[in-house]
Amino acid sequence: MDFNALIDGLGGHTLDGLTRGSIYALVALGYTMVYGVLRLINFAHSEVFMVGTWTVLGVYTVLGADSESAMPMVIFATLTALVAAALASASVALAVERIAYRPLRKKNAPPLIFLITAIGCSLVLVEIFGHVLKVFFGAPFGRAPVNVPSPIQTHTLLTIGDVRITNVQVFIILGAVLMMVALDLFVNRSRLGRGVRAVAQDPDTAALMGVNQDRVIMLVFILGGAMAGVAGLLFTINFDITKFDIGFIIGIKAFTAAVLGGIGNLRGALVGGLLLGIVEVYASAVFSSNWADVTAFIVLVLVLMFRPTGLLGESLGKARA
Amino acid sequence: MLLKLEDVVLNYGKIEALHGISLEVAEGEVVALIGANGAGKTSTMRAISGVRGLHSGTITFNGEDVTKLRADQRMRKGLCLTPEGRGVFPGMTVTENLDMGAYTRRDKSGIAEDFERVFGLFPRLLERKKQIAGTMSGGEQQMLAIGRSLMSRPKLLLLDEPSMGLAPMLIQQIFSIIGEIAEQGTTILVVEQNAKQALSRADRAYVLETGQIVKTGSGTALLDDPSVREAYLGVA
Repeated sequence: MDFNALIDGLGGHTLDGLTRGSIYALVALGYTMVYGVLRLINFAHSEVFMVGTWTVLGVYTVLGADSESAMPMVIFATLTALVAAALASASVALAVERIAYRPLRKKNAPPLIFLITAIGCSLVLVEIFGHVLKVFFGAPFGRAPVNVPSPIQTHTLLTIGDVRITNVQVFIILGAVLMMVALDLFVNRSRLGRGVRAVAQDPDTAALMGVNQDRVIMLVFILGGAMAGVAGLLFTINFDITKFDIGFIIGIKAFTAAVLGGIGNLRGALVGGLLLGIVEVYASAVFSSNWADVTAFIVLVLVLMFRPTGLLGESLGKARA
Repeated sequence: MLLKLEDVVLNYGKIEALHGISLEVAEGEVVALIGANGAGKTSTMRAISGVRGLHSGTITFNGEDVTKLRADQRMRKGLCLTPEGRGVFPGMTVTENLDMGAYTRRDKSGIAEDFERVFGLFPRLLERKKQIAGTMSGGEQQMLAIGRSLMSRPKLLLLDEPSMGLAPMLIQQIFSIIGEIAEQGTTILVVEQNAKQALSRADRAYVLETGQIVKTGSGTALLDDPSVREAYLGVA
């Protein structure tokens, strides 16, 4: 145990934690929104994120963007990767809903069936990237980790005391927060967003008010998927890597973040994600990085012991300004 | 006929809740559907609104067969149900709930007019505009639920037990407002356990017993009918 390491580098660790946590938070939104309207934990969401990271790699490869690229190319490649990853992830999320979940809903399947289906979808997607695509296209698909070198060069933007703030950290945290603010505004202020909240609070009454439930559900999968795609980009910028099963651990963390903040609550996802990120980085500093996950889950258990509904605890329907 | 049900059968699993109901509502009418607990009143409303699919039978609305349409599609045709009990969105404000009633509408000025109209009918809602609906009293929530339905400018307003769980004073008030809404030209089909109030306000009424219509007639005629008086009005 080394508390000095934590205290000496507190500012830097906190910033690292916020960076990591904002990625968790973005992914957590997908879990929380789908849970809000369907009371379903969409375990395939981790793979929706994974698809985003691979899409980023694809865009960089096609555009030939790497660390040598000039500034205009860096901006162009990053923005293209952002849009492409959001679109790809949203499409996968939507496909899972249409192909797997909707037929079950029409048959009024019990919740356990949904859960098994979700896990099944997750495995199928993992194996597509871990095996099927490799058979047809060879590397980089397969089971080995793949480098996703971001064209953005890390440099220090400003130094406060002995805390160096890099452009990458600022980009990730700002990007994630902006996406979340936009989503929050959409859900709380727009007509369609009101429809989403109505379905979350009372699906039958929402239908009586003319809300098309299937459309709201599709919208929720698309939005959650797009957020996960953006998270995929931010993740590769921070960690320069992806893997066929990269979604698993990020998915579990994001799910934890969603539960920590209060599942079904958009702002809870943000709070839970940031908190989880910070706790992890602190734990790595005090113990070792092997203890990061252990500590994160101990915090989850402790929070749920005292606040079983999570920190902010309301449902998507009730979450308000 | 604005609304016509023919031989409507509705099941919950293996249990048949409605055994072939036929009823009609003409434009401009106030029609009451009375019956004891479990007679199938709410099931009838769910069948008409489309929350629950039929086993057999047809429902025609405004000359169009709507039997196969979903609830949200029927609502767009002008059929709006105020559900039984606390049918408001508990986490939304009063204004947001009313906005939900106008969810399918795009005419901003018309919506603004209807806000005025609803606030005119229910001044209490104007006072509580910003309040979260789930924190209001039962009576206020009922007013909100009715007001929200009006926001859709329904051709036919379906009211499921508007007096349920309310104090006698409030029941009086709700029914006089329902009368006012009818006078303003909305056709109403109201389901009630409070038979006396419902029958005295209704042009016509149906009596429902164990999933079947057993009697029909004008509101006043049924009020004077000895068997109705005995069974539903508590007078021998």
